[in-house]
Amino acid sequence: MNLSEKTLKYIDGLIPRYPQKRSAMLMVLHAIQEEQGFLSKDAIEWTAQKLEVVPMAVYEVVTFYPMFRQAPIGRRHVKVCRTLSCALRGAYKVCDSLQHELGCGLGQTSADGNYTVEFVECVAACGSAPVVIVDDKLHENITPEKAPDFAAKIKKETTVSLPPSRY
Amino acid sequence: MPATERRIIYRHIDEPGYTTDLVCYQRHGGYEILRKAIQRQPEELVQEVKDSGLKGRGGAGFPTGVKWGFLDRKSGKPVYLICNADESEPGTYKDRQIIYKDPHQLIEGTVLSAFAIQARLAFIYIRGEMFGGFTILERAIEEARAANFVGNNILGSGYSVDIIVHRGAGCYICGEETGLIESLEGKRAYPRIKPPYFPAVLGLYNCPTIVNNVETLCQVKHVLDMGGKEFAKIGVPGDSGTHIWGLSGHVAKPGYYEIESGKATVRDLLYDFGGGPPAGRTIKAIIPGGVSMKILRMGEKFKVKLPDGSPGEWGVLDIPLDSGSFAQCGTSLGTSGMIFMDDTTDMVEALANLNAFYAHESCGQCTPCREGSLWLKKITTRVCDGGGRMEDIDLVKTIADQVAGRTICAHGEAVAWPCQSNVPKFRDEWEAKIRAQIHAREHPEGAATTARTGLRLV
Ligand SMILES: Cc1cc2nc3c(=O)[nH]c(=O)nc-3n(C[C@H](O)[C@H](O)[C@H](O)COP(=O)(O)O)c2cc1C
Ligand code: SF4
Ligand code: FES
Repeated sequence: MNLSEKTLKYIDGLIPRYPQKRSAMLMVLHAIQEEQGFLSKDAIEWTAQKLEVVPMAVYEVVTFYPMFRQAPIGRRHVKVCRTLSCALRGAYKVCDSLQHELGCGLGQTSADGNYTVEFVECVAACGSAPVVIVDDKLHENITPEKAPDFAAKIKKETTVSLPPSRY
Repeated sequence: MPATERRIIYRHIDEPGYTTDLVCYQRHGGYEILRKAIQRQPEELVQEVKDSGLKGRGGAGFPTGVKWGFLDRKSGKPVYLICNADESEPGTYKDRQIIYKDPHQLIEGTVLSAFAIQARLAFIYIRGEMFGGFTILERAIEEARAANFVGNNILGSGYSVDIIVHRGAGCYICGEETGLIESLEGKRAYPRIKPPYFPAVLGLYNCPTIVNNVETLCQVKHVLDMGGKEFAKIGVPGDSGTHIWGLSGHVAKPGYYEIESGKATVRDLLYDFGGGPPAGRTIKAIIPGGVSMKILRMGEKFKVKLPDGSPGEWGVLDIPLDSGSFAQCGTSLGTSGMIFMDDTTDMVEALANLNAFYAHESCGQCTPCREGSLWLKKITTRVCDGGGRMEDIDLVKTIADQVAGRTICAHGEAVAWPCQSNVPKFRDEWEAKIRAQIHAREHPEGAATTARTGLRLV
């Protein structure tokens, strides 16, 4: 496991804050995924050692929580909320449109490796529906009419300055 | 006279120039309540909260003071406080505003509550998707620690408490308090069975634990500011304080409005605050407080007992905005996130959308919830896709009836209630939809136009 000094230091600072090491699980996994883009078998074993649990205990967490993944995704992670309040205001059309513009199927990554488009469940921003999360940032009121321009904006950002690789 | 807001929790939310830093919070009187309260006896503070009649704002509406009173003190184990910032009930976005725009209010409420129950450590469990909120809270806690509002020997009182902000990772079930506790222990968020696992007795690390919603902890701050008896005068008997109503769906002006409990009606909310339905449409149905609550159909009439004790009748728009009034109409105000659906909404599709949510979010421990939610999703989706059969209508209801009350946690009720209310109330729409599908199957020549929109609502 090759984690950066920064991430290692962060993780080492995190664990002792909890009354029990294992409690740091989600936070440690977030930190590793943030740096490496996904959680590899190595990452799972490393976390297990670090938290003094069997690898299975980490694996069952990784496979339970939707935000954790075991395979790389596109450089930009586009998550469209599909739950009722967003759906009532056109989320499904928004999602179709983003897939079309960014060149990928639902839950898939575009051929150039740049974009992954997914549906997610309610992200607690229902009053400004439809909403789309790109990487970690929430974008509100992305109506079907605005979706093509929104996709264009994501594309432009991605070509101008690629965010740190998520691979 | 149009109904008005009474902003207590949201007093500074969206105020021009109001920022998330400590200096701004203190300029607006921040941490003054803590300064006074920390000189008092913790038991007195618990009593104030009991006197206030405050009910939890996380959805279940359990009286906060009573819950605190359940703490097992005899065990001698450390007590923990957990702030539930998982905000994942669809239709709900009230805690987000506090976290992102007034984090110190939450921190002050958390420290006050932790002191009142004498917790040794407090956690804020924030949903994973709110990464921005996580960093805002971390920074705010740093500031509060530096100013000695959090940490060791707070303001020289001898009381110490630290707050850890902990991120979830995208599960609705982490909002259920015992699922949250398991998750915080580094495991899958499998809710625990009660009894024996009542958090106040056997919570985090099997120690006595209080789990409270973000808004609840903020309300506590104002209870301690005004005094419990004063606070109890706000709103109506049985439901004191304000509710933050989050409007979404088919309404001209979606948004959040803080209203004194019982002092406005659904009509006021829709027209005075929400600007009415979208142009040219009429509202067909509402879900009062997060999608798990039972749906109400416009035109329904409810036989109720009016506040003066006399019998009366309300339509949906007449319902006053307090917990007792919604209970009288067979539903609940839940998290007070109200979803409006207009006459363009296909009610079968609306239910299919929710069933897909519950099937995705069931943790899988209990067979009725795991299998039931999946069947319900499959059946309603099939009806949306043109393959409906008349017997599906009763089937959906029957399956839902067998989930509720037979599971470890209230996710079972959350699965069942939307089906149990939607199906009987919109039976005419189900029948018409399915009749058209049957006709189309029998006469494939001329009927290729049956809407096959699946879960696509618009
Ligand atoms: C499936 C399910 C999801 C829940 N999600 C949340 C949530 O996101 N936020 C919350 O505060 N409470 C949620 N609750 C309620 C909590 O279990 C708990 O009652 C609440 O946090 C207690 O806080 P309160 O007493 O301040 O309301 C959920 C309950 C269930 C059954
Ligand atoms: S009711 Fe559903 S979510 Fe709750 S414990 Fe059972 S399977 Fe899990
Ligand atoms: S339904 Fe999309 S944010 Fe809540």
